Amino acid sequence: MQLRTRALQTILTEKGYIEQAAIDELIETYEKKIGPRNGAQVVAKAWTDPKFRKWLFEDGTAAIGSLGFGGRSGNHLVALENTPHVHNMVVCTLCSCYPWAVLGLPPLWYKSAPYRSRTVADPRGVLRDFGVALPKDTEIRVWDSTAELRYMVVPMRPAGTDGWTEDKLVELVTRDSMIGTGFAKSPKDLR
Amino acid sequence: MNGPQDLGGMDGFGPVEPEPNEPVFHDDWEKRAFALTLAMGMPGGWNIDQSRFARENRSPAEYWSMSYYQIWFAALERMLKERALITDDEVVAGHSLHKPKPVPRVLSPGDVLKVLHRGGPTERPTNTKPAFKPGNAVRAKNINPPTHTRLPRYVRGHVGTVDRVIGFHVFPDSNATGAGENPQWLYTVRFEGRELWGPDGDPTSQVSVDAWESYLTPAD
Amino acid sequence: MANDHHHHDHDHSELSDTQLRVRALETVLTEKGYVDPAALDLLIETYEKKVGPRNGARVVARAWANPAYRARLLKDATPAIGELGYAGRQGEHIVAVENTPTLHNMVVCTLCSCYPWPVLGLPPVWYKSAPYRSRAVADPRGVLKDFGVTLPASTKIRVWDSTSEIRYLVVPMRPAGTDGWTEERLADLVTRDSMIGTGLPKSPKDLA
Repeated sequence: MQLRTRALQTILTEKGYIEQAAIDELIETYEKKIGPRNGAQVVAKAWTDPKFRKWLFEDGTAAIGSLGFGGRSGNHLVALENTPHVHNMVVCTLCSCYPWAVLGLPPLWYKSAPYRSRTVADPRGVLRDFGVALPKDTEIRVWDSTAELRYMVVPMRPAGTDGWTEDKLVELVTRDSMIGTGFAKSPKDLR
Repeated sequence: MNGPQDLGGMDGFGPVEPEPNEPVFHDDWEKRAFALTLAMGMPGGWNIDQSRFARENRSPAEYWSMSYYQIWFAALERMLKERALITDDEVVAGHSLHKPKPVPRVLSPGDVLKVLHRGGPTERPTNTKPAFKPGNAVRAKNINPPTHTRLPRYVRGHVGTVDRVIGFHVFPDSNATGAGENPQWLYTVRFEGRELWGPDGDPTSQVSVDAWESYLTPAD
Repeated sequence: MANDHHHHDHDHSELSDTQLRVRALETVLTEKGYVDPAALDLLIETYEKKVGPRNGARVVARAWANPAYRARLLKDATPAIGELGYAGRQGEHIVAVENTPTLHNMVVCTLCSCYPWPVLGLPPVWYKSAPYRSRAVADPRGVLKDFGVTLPASTKIRVWDSTSEIRYLVVPMRPAGTDGWTEERLADLVTRDSMIGTGLPKSPKDLA
C-alpha cells in the first residue's frame, strides 16, 4: 500500500491536480490540530454554562460554531443529551460518518464491521465490550448517521466537580463518552 | 443467524460465471472432504441442520473467501472437535493420539448405496391441522435468531400468498440447536417481486420460499 | 464465496495445506475406526460417476413422451421419479415445476446449496456461489442474461428458494420438431441447466 499511495501522489502532483504542501497541511491538521479536545471543550462549557447548554441542544451547529469549531463534517451538528434515564450512542452502519469538527478522525473500531453491525441490534452487548454497564431500565438511543447530520453525545457531568473550571472539566471528557461508548471520567480517575 | 450465508438480494458479487465442462470435483481433497462429511454423519451423531449451522456460523470475511468444500471441511473439523471425537493435537499430528469414543454406527461400504437411497426424509406424522391454506395471505415474521433459521432476511416482514401446504416437517431452527425436531406445518409462500424489492422491482417476477408455520402470521 | 474454478490462480501452498489437512483428518478418523476408506471411495464414485443430470433428463423425457407420467410427476414427483429408480439423499421430497409459454421457473438455494441430487447429481460451483445465490431472487432476468438466455418481456418468472428439504426440478418445455422421438433421444436434449431453470433445452438442430 505504501508504494501504491506514494506512486499515486507522485502522478497527481506531476499532473498538477494536487499541491504537495496542501497534502501536508491536511495531514497535519487532522493528525495534530483537530481532535476530541474540541468536543471536550464543548461539553465542559455545556456543563458550566446553562445558556450555552440550552443553545447547544437547540442548534448544535451554531453553538459549537461560536467556539470556532465547524466546517468539514461539522456543518450540521446535533448534540445529544445523556440523562439518568437516556443513554445515547452514535454509529454509522453504512460507512464511517463522524463529527470530525469536534472529535477529529474516527478510530478504527468505529469504522469496522463489529461496531457497525452490532450497535443497532445489540447496543448493550457493544457497551459490555467497552466495559460499560447501564441500569436495566435506562433507555438506549442509537443514532445511525445516514445523512449529513453529525451527532455528538454530551455525557453527564460527573459528581464531585462543583466549582471546577472549564479547563479542568475538559480533562474528564473522553472521546468515547462523546460517541456514547463510555462515560466521562470521574475526579478520582485524574489523580 | 443474520450471517454471511443469507445472501438473497445482496449486491457486489459480480456476474454468475459458469465453468464450461465443470468436473464434479476440482481436486482430490474435495472428494475426500465430501466423502468424510457424509460418512461421519452417523458416527458423529449430528443432524443436517446442525451441520448447516456449523458451516454458516463464521465471520463473513471467512465465509466469502473460502471455497465451498473448504467451508464443508472447516465445519466438519469444528463439529468433530465440539463432540470431542478428535482433538487439536491429533489434527496437527495427523494421527489418532487418544482412544476413540464409542460411536453409534460406522458406515460400511456395503451400506453406502442403501443409506444414500434411504436418505433422510423430514416429514413426520401428525394429528394437527395446518393453520393456513392455499390462497391465504400471510406475513413473514421479523424474527432474528442468532442461531440457525431458514427464513431469509429478504422476505421478513413481507406479505405473500400461500401457494401450497407441503406437509408436517422437522423444524430446522429447533433441530439445529439440539432442542429436538419439533416438526411443524410447512408451506410454500409466494411473494411478488415488487413486494420484495420495491416499486422498481420486476413486475413479472415472483419468489417463493418454503416457510414453517411459526415463520408466518395471517395477513388478511 | 470464492469461485473454485479459479483455484489454479490461488496460492498453491494454501491449497496443498488444505490437501494435507484433509488427508490428515482422514487418517485420524480411519485410525479411530469412525470411517471405512472403502465406504469413502464408494461415496465418491457414486457422485462422481453414477448419479448425475442424465437421471433428470430421463425423467423429463418420459414426461414429454408420456402424458400420464407427466401428470403423475407434476402431482407428486417423488414417487414418479422413484419409478425410474432415482431416490434418496437430498431428493426425499421432490416437487416438479413445469415451464409454460407464459411461466419460466428457476431454482436457487440462497442460504446454502440445496439441490435435487438424485436427479441432477451434485450442484455446479456457480449454483453454490454468492453471485447466483444473491441475484437469482432479486434479478432473475439479469441472471438469465449471464447464461445467454432472454425470455419475452411478458413471461412471468417464478424463482423457488429451496429453504426446506423440498427439492425442486424444472420440467422445461419440449422443443419443436421432436414428434415421435424415443425417450432416449429426447433425453439428449435435456440439459442440466434447463432443469435448474438457467437454460433452455437443446433443439434438434443442436444435436445434428
